[in-house]
Amino acid sequence: MKTTNNQFDVVIIGGGVVGCAIARELSRYNISIAVLEKEDDVGWGTSCRNSGVVHAGFNNKPGTLMAKFCVEGNRSFAELCRQLDVPYKKIGKLVVARKKEEIKGLKDLKAQGNKNQVKGLEIIDSTEIKRLEPNLAGIAALYSPETAITSPYLLTIALAENALNNGASFFLNTEVKNITKLNNSYFKITTNQGEFTSSYIINSAGLYADYIARVVGIRRYCLYPCRGEYHILDKNVSWLINHLVYPVPQAGAGGLGVHLTPTIDGNILIGPSNEYIRRKDNFSTTSQIMKMLSKEVREFLPLISPGYIIRSYSGLRAKQAPSSEGGFWDFVIEESDTIDNFINLIGIESPGLTAAQPIAQRVVEIINKKERLSPNPDFNPYRKGILRFEEQDEETKKNLIKQDPDYGEIVCRCEKVTKKEILEAINNPLGARSLISIKYRTRAMMGRCQGGYCLTRIIEILREHFDLNPEEITLKGDNSYLLTGYRSDEVSKPCKKKKSLSLEEELPVWQQQLPAGKKG
Amino acid sequence: MAAAVACRQKGIEDILLIERGAYLGGILNQCIHDGFGLEKFHASLTGPEYAQRYIEQVIEKDIPFLLNSTVLNLTPQKEVIVINDKGLHHYKAKTIILAMGCRERTRGAIGIPGARPSGIYTAGVAQELINLKNYMIGKKVVILGSGDIGLIMARRLILEGAEVLMVAEKLPYSSGLPRNINQCLYDFDIPLLLSHTAVDIKGNGRLSGVTIAQLGKRGGVIPGTKRRIACDTLLLSVGLIPENELSRQAGIILDPVTGGPQVDERGQTSIPGIFACGNVLQVHDIVDNVSLEAEYIVEGVVEYLEGRLTKEREIKVELGEGLRYVVPQRLISRKDTIFSFRVNQPGQHKVLLFEEGRRLIKKKSLRRVNPAEMVRVKLSSLELEGIKRLKVRLV
Repeated sequence: MKTTNNQFDVVIIGGGVVGCAIARELSRYNISIAVLEKEDDVGWGTSCRNSGVVHAGFNNKPGTLMAKFCVEGNRSFAELCRQLDVPYKKIGKLVVARKKEEIKGLKDLKAQGNKNQVKGLEIIDSTEIKRLEPNLAGIAALYSPETAITSPYLLTIALAENALNNGASFFLNTEVKNITKLNNSYFKITTNQGEFTSSYIINSAGLYADYIARVVGIRRYCLYPCRGEYHILDKNVSWLINHLVYPVPQAGAGGLGVHLTPTIDGNILIGPSNEYIRRKDNFSTTSQIMKMLSKEVREFLPLISPGYIIRSYSGLRAKQAPSSEGGFWDFVIEESDTIDNFINLIGIESPGLTAAQPIAQRVVEIINKKERLSPNPDFNPYRKGILRFEEQDEETKKNLIKQDPDYGEIVCRCEKVTKKEILEAINNPLGARSLISIKYRTRAMMGRCQGGYCLTRIIEILREHFDLNPEEITLKGDNSYLLTGYRSDEVSKPCKKKKSLSLEEELPVWQQQLPAGKKG
Repeated sequence: MAAAVACRQKGIEDILLIERGAYLGGILNQCIHDGFGLEKFHASLTGPEYAQRYIEQVIEKDIPFLLNSTVLNLTPQKEVIVINDKGLHHYKAKTIILAMGCRERTRGAIGIPGARPSGIYTAGVAQELINLKNYMIGKKVVILGSGDIGLIMARRLILEGAEVLMVAEKLPYSSGLPRNINQCLYDFDIPLLLSHTAVDIKGNGRLSGVTIAQLGKRGGVIPGTKRRIACDTLLLSVGLIPENELSRQAGIILDPVTGGPQVDERGQTSIPGIFACGNVLQVHDIVDNVSLEAEYIVEGVVEYLEGRLTKEREIKVELGEGLRYVVPQRLISRKDTIFSFRVNQPGQHKVLLFEEGRRLIKKKSLRRVNPAEMVRVKLSSLELEGIKRLKVRLV
């Protein structure tokens, strides 16, 4: 354990997309900022476990912060992604009714969207659906041209890197244990990595924001983990749909229903489910829901077979509404009325990704009102991501290899990721070194062979680069080691071989049905 | 390499062998156990030794090859785009032989529910880490799937001091070769649990346990049979998939059952002049058959180059009961042809029938059949002469 005595003006607890967006927005001012993140990298909570959709804002109740920030976030998203070199595509969304009864739901959604000032909403008939989505069945649909997709993890990383570049500090693997207020002015934050002091605390701990609030004695918040499971489909079936395809939301549901999401990376996602669970660290997938997802989607697209699933995963929504009630409660973004300079962000669930920047701006407003912040003259809103070799044209590819032969070595064959990209990911400014960090930054190991080809290569590159012991390489930090060490030179235990068989000797008869559990 | 060497032996001058790895021989290099080459070289060789025999021939015959070179694109016009550290290159060929091998099926593809900790490896990756990179992957291991690599790795892990708790197989029979069950499991007292599968995975960082359950006749979990097994490693040996992304890119028609291209008796795919052999065409049990298949299709390559690849009359090989697939899927000539099959389920005293309508062309008795073992049968040009239909079935 390190002991540090780190003093900052603002400490942000939680390096999710919102925490990183706040760090970036604050770095526009002359103020010292620290982000404390308990994981090995930013964005590993809810931020990287969602559909990656930039919502238009018609799902949210008019007058709520959710509606306001979602619409605002949607409008400024393209520019944000341009500044941060993050992929963004406005592909549009269809909310599809399959039964007559659902048409009313579409009209209600449209009316709600209009109230929220969502642009371009239109109800279309089945012929128009067929024109937009030839493989889809439906009798009517709400078409939203403003809905877009992005890469939630690349956005979080980009926000963090840009904030870092503009002076913010990031502390990974740093978990907050206790917070006290000293002399009624400074906060003292005890973590597993030593102590920090700050004048402001921003509680953007996502699913754990209720816990952080409770640490300082604010007991009014309670967050329930609500799990959503997804399947990821092979890119070979990506031609099946062109838009985001959603069902008509059911009243009182805590999610938007199982939908089909083309991702920015070219896969289709199926999901998410909607299930309140007990533990906040339970990201397991379950066989019932995996089966349900496959079944439900086949009602939309009969062509999708389970054979096209390459991976399943889940994410947790930070729900304020208890399971008995369901539905959405509005975002809480406010300074605590009992503890000065302690700003809570509670219940940032969907559309939190879309709304990340407006939420961050609101937080800055709160601080600005009290402090009159002076602008940071060196603030640079631009950040460059890792150049993706595969997306370049042939001339550029040739030149890249000429400049750096590492571009000529394909490490991940499914996603065609070069050694150069892996090296850039390994040398990321945040200092995240686990395999998942490399995966999110480059797409290596995300393809249909799931690292079968490149895992060994990436381990070798990591070890070579940082001179690590085999045990030090982890999947996702902490206890997720991949190797137990070197293959031992001596056999640690005598093997229990029954008798030695020579090639000439007749082999024992193969027992077709070995009784379960019985040896031999 | 076998195809390249055979091409040179047939007098083809201008050959280029493209390999994405750092050495020739591919996956053979990590297969350090023996048993390779019994048929081809009449010796029990290790994988690297087997590969070496071909490497020597490639060098001796002066066949040019590229290493660390990945094909990015294959076109129907038989052009390939290759990149390596020297740059991006186009090669145009008169014929192309696909020999990309296969990849392993993963956890995601078979859909094991549960957490996603570290410590879950496909058997081939574990083999590469241990045998080629000298790492150890875990201490207490459960193996899911009784594919051959899984069986080989069970023994390998024991020899390296790990504890192999069990091999669980979903089917009521093993998908590995009987000799591997004997030599790798039986000899080391590793239990093989048939009709068992993994239904849950636990662990937040590293894997901490796997739940195994017994499956009923219809494939559903039998209630009350779930067992939590504490372990730190799960090895998957749940099948191989021919690696046909380039083929798909070129528009080659694939067989949904084999996962490889649909071919005629000379290994020619749906695009004339593009041939396929080895595990990219169909997953083999024994490397010797891979080599033999490569040598066999080269005759077609030569015929194609000389414009002699005649198309007497194209017929589809029809698949009857008892068989999962047949390669080739179609016939264009009536020359000597080797047919490869896999059966649907294990059985004894079966007969393989080749029929033209009601006329029996050939009959072959099989004392014991097993889906794990490919059946290969040769029909002569005499037997195939003039036939207009061909159906194969197992009774």
